[in-house]
Amino acid sequence: MHPAFSVIFLTTLIGVGQGLFLALFTGQLYALAKLLPAQDSQSFYALGSALALAFLLAGLGASFFHLGHPERAWRAATQWRTSWLSREVIVLPITLFLIFLYGLAHFMDWKQPWLVLASGALPVDATLVIGTLATLATFALFVCTAMIYASLKFIQEWHSPLTVFNYTLFGGASGFTLAAAFSAYAQANLVSFYGTWAVILTLAALLTRAASLWRNRHLKHKSNLQTAIGIRHNTIQQKAQGAMGGSFNTREFFHGQPQSVVRWVYWSFLLLVFPIPIVLLGAAYGIASVYLPMLAFLVQYLGLLAERWYFFADARHPQNLYYQSIA
Amino acid sequence: MTQLALIIDLNVCVGCHACVTSCKEWNTSGWAGPMTDFNPYGENPTGTFFNRVQTFEIGVFPNTETVHFPKSCLHCEEPPCVPVCPTGASYKREKDGIVLVDYDKCIGCKYCSWACPYGARELDEKQKVMKKCTLCVDRIYDQKLPEAERRPACVMSCPTSARLFGDIHDPDSEVSVTIRESGGYQLMPEWGTKPANHYLPRRKTRITLHRDELERADNPLKKEGILPAPPADQKTLDETTSW
Repeated sequence: MHPAFSVIFLTTLIGVGQGLFLALFTGQLYALAKLLPAQDSQSFYALGSALALAFLLAGLGASFFHLGHPERAWRAATQWRTSWLSREVIVLPITLFLIFLYGLAHFMDWKQPWLVLASGALPVDATLVIGTLATLATFALFVCTAMIYASLKFIQEWHSPLTVFNYTLFGGASGFTLAAAFSAYAQANLVSFYGTWAVILTLAALLTRAASLWRNRHLKHKSNLQTAIGIRHNTIQQKAQGAMGGSFNTREFFHGQPQSVVRWVYWSFLLLVFPIPIVLLGAAYGIASVYLPMLAFLVQYLGLLAERWYFFADARHPQNLYYQSIA
Repeated sequence: MTQLALIIDLNVCVGCHACVTSCKEWNTSGWAGPMTDFNPYGENPTGTFFNRVQTFEIGVFPNTETVHFPKSCLHCEEPPCVPVCPTGASYKREKDGIVLVDYDKCIGCKYCSWACPYGARELDEKQKVMKKCTLCVDRIYDQKLPEAERRPACVMSCPTSARLFGDIHDPDSEVSVTIRESGGYQLMPEWGTKPANHYLPRRKTRITLHRDELERADNPLKKEGILPAPPADQKTLDETTSW
């Protein structure tokens, strides 16, 4: 498949935004359980939510560049019964709105408990309720985004639950890395907490991504030229594809890069997403640096761009069987 | 239920591209148009087509055979491109099973083209909407045309009648009988898309001849045995007799 930069930025940016929100809310839950010191509502949670919103909005903006008719994008909310893309179009604004409310509740300091559970130990206030709803929406959004790809059964490289795990874990890992960077910037004492979770999520993502890479390498494609044109012969050679100067079919479904570039991207993402951020986060923990977590996030995000590029380049659409040579 | 479809006979197709040009001519100026071209006279011409003819060489020289393969939307009975459309612009008509795109609703997200294993859909780079074969829906129901012309442009133009058009759900229609009797098959059956369009395979016409069909067993000459050849210096019958 041709890697479209609009989709690469959309999926990676909203992943970071979702992950950052999850990190913020995880931090709040830990503080509620008195496992971590409570953070300031405005300078930490509200500002962090604004940062998550900024990433989500940037991703939403990138998605419009993918459309031929962005002015009709609202129509995409109508077919949620059958289309995962439509479901994403609905869940994304809901997630945005709930994270906005979450940030607003912290900003306005709506801390008056609505009810108190567990004999005074669990005050349920607006931030907790909205945060729980936003968490559900965030996970729903991960599933919707990934299922857009995983539901296409003939793109066999994508048609696997691993795609959903990868999208969720990459979003979580990059979001928690950003949370570590944000804590360092906000001088909150949470860098090691978020850093540890970022490393755990990055390692989990490494497991599932390695599994999907292994799966794709050993994939047996169901379709071949014999089933594509229905002629039983082991030797079939394409002599003409009906157009000399290329067509939509040759532009949209081929990455068009030499194998060397694909290998280069492959090794770049393996290095940039996994070992380098882990080392940087570990070093940040050791020397208590403010800038290393930020660097770790930048490196990992760059790596995720490469990962998403490879995700598309790796997928072989069966229609490519009809477009193997021009003459 | 009606399911209109094309039957393409690979045994007859000569790869002349008449269906390609007549399809483009009819549709670019009609309801489904325009089918925009870029660089039509330049170095790398490209553009939107609903129908393309590809050519494949089967086998190894000298035992090769050239197959021309016309390729367009197959109007699947289980079209995978329809449920993925987020706007409902892609739809399959209940009435006749034609899969169509509503250009006014399409947002040009290309997701349906990803969901089609056959690569039958093409984004028009000018109009920025997804386009595909309509089975000439603006022609086959046109009461102003004589009945014989209410057929898709590609079927009308095919000089070898390699393309048939009809309802494959009617068991007695010409297309259904042809599929049954001439081994009509579907492309990529492994995905369960149930394409409505069928292809007819290459067929070799062979006749078995026995020796006694070439030489009469009851040839009277044979009964007498082979006559001795006349001597070379003997006059022939023509030379001895005036007729």
